[in-house]
Amino acid sequence: MKYMLLITQGEWYANGSAEERDRAMADVVDWWGKQFASGKMVGGQQLESPDTATTVVIERGKHTVVDRPLMEAKEAIGGFGILDVANLDEALAIVKTMPQPDGKVEVRPILDRGR
Amino acid sequence: MDAEPEPYLLLERIFREEAGRLTASLVRLLGDFDLAEEVVADAVVEALEHWPRDGVPERASSWLLTTARRKALDRYRRESVYRKKLELVAGLGDRAPREPDDRLRLIFTCCHPALARDAQVALTLRAVAGLTTEEIARAFLVPETTLGKRIVRAKRKIVTSKVPYRVPGPDELPSRLDEVLTVIYLIFNEGYVSTSGSMAIRRDLARDAEWLAGLLVGMLPAEPEPLGLLALIRLHLARWPARLDAGGRLVLLEHQDRSRWDRRAIAGAVSLIERAAGLHRIGRYQIEAMIAALHCEAPSWEETDWAQISLLYRVLAEIDDSPIVALNRAIVRRYLDGPAAALADVEKLSEPLHGYHLFHATRAALLRDLGDHTAAAKEDAVALALTKNAGERVLLEDRLSRKLLSETES
Repeated sequence: MKYMLLITQGEWYANGSAEERDRAMADVVDWWGKQFASGKMVGGQQLESPDTATTVVIERGKHTVVDRPLMEAKEAIGGFGILDVANLDEALAIVKTMPQPDGKVEVRPILDRGR
Repeated sequence: MDAEPEPYLLLERIFREEAGRLTASLVRLLGDFDLAEEVVADAVVEALEHWPRDGVPERASSWLLTTARRKALDRYRRESVYRKKLELVAGLGDRAPREPDDRLRLIFTCCHPALARDAQVALTLRAVAGLTTEEIARAFLVPETTLGKRIVRAKRKIVTSKVPYRVPGPDELPSRLDEVLTVIYLIFNEGYVSTSGSMAIRRDLARDAEWLAGLLVGMLPAEPEPLGLLALIRLHLARWPARLDAGGRLVLLEHQDRSRWDRRAIAGAVSLIERAAGLHRIGRYQIEAMIAALHCEAPSWEETDWAQISLLYRVLAEIDDSPIVALNRAIVRRYLDGPAAALADVEKLSEPLHGYHLFHATRAALLRDLGDHTAAAKEDAVALALTKNAGERVLLEDRLSRKLLSETES
């Protein structure tokens, strides 16, 4: 079962002191390294800051380009991951070990067309 | 109906016991909540036709399983979607699958933290306690369609996001068990002090919660907190007959006729507390049960062991530093140090508890004790505007005119 982790950027990344951020970032990088090594994290990337985002709005087939991210700044996505585990409990147990000081992580099952 | 309450109650108990077990087993075997429930519901309908007439079969569980299987085969034969499930149903033997912890899995799944609280409550009552969607909707004063959607959405989430059907491991058990106990206590409170519904429905709900807590005690005998919750529920229920006066109005603990309390139930609950204490892991439900037991064992309101109750609230505050616990501590202080000291403690809670009806009702009572009737009446009016419960409304209306003392423990 695959789950998409949608991870908000978190206050710590935007507002913390440089020193705090570097320390937290080192933990985060270390955590992701371990997850990839375990084979359970099968994808994932960190994203550039939300102010670099461009959003395409589609209305009745018409495409409009807007200079802003999808989400409000408070919940702007900072990165994503893809977990391949047995069930939701395993996914949640892994997410609960994430080291960043704050933020939100949406855990969403990826639709399996083959099922 | 009046002529035969006993056999009817007995049947209901058997249904709940056997149908619950069977549903839990089938959810595990079929991996499908809906199918399991529908199949068992069909069998129960048939049992309702036959058992009162022909008597309860000796092996009720096997009877239900056989019938459930036959019903399922009839029902889904034409529907190709169910072909795979049909094979599973057909493959079940005649002996009901009896794995003692299946219902435990079911409870933990229904109360999974990935489900919203109202969904946990609805699903637990539906799947574990066997209430119909209509009954749950009536008890919570929610339109049946709304409640139906809530249950459907919860079941769909369990399937699509693959919430596992299992009892959590030892490392997760404390927090997951707490979640289950919260759901059961919430169901009880909805019945006991609820904000909605008629008295009869609420009493049923309180009894459903007692049954669920008892089930948990039976399945997790080494866990002290389910024992604490069961004791707490039974202590409240033991006082049920004295809670209402002849006119159906709520009577405060202080004014209750203690001769109408169920002494045997109280003694039974106290022995549950002792059993829990023997497991040497204190928890919030055990403490709350101990507090309730001290109230129940006091010969009169005046002879209540306030010092001991105060001590227990202090221990409780260490586990749960919520303002509600602090409010109860302050109320107890009224009887140890007087109303002025208690009011000073209550005032400190005005920020977190402003808008909570019992905060305003407590403040009103203490102001009245201190002789400030004008301010007291104003606070009572605030409390009245805030409470949704008819019983509590009547009480507050009453107090506005008759000026009684109060304690939030009713």
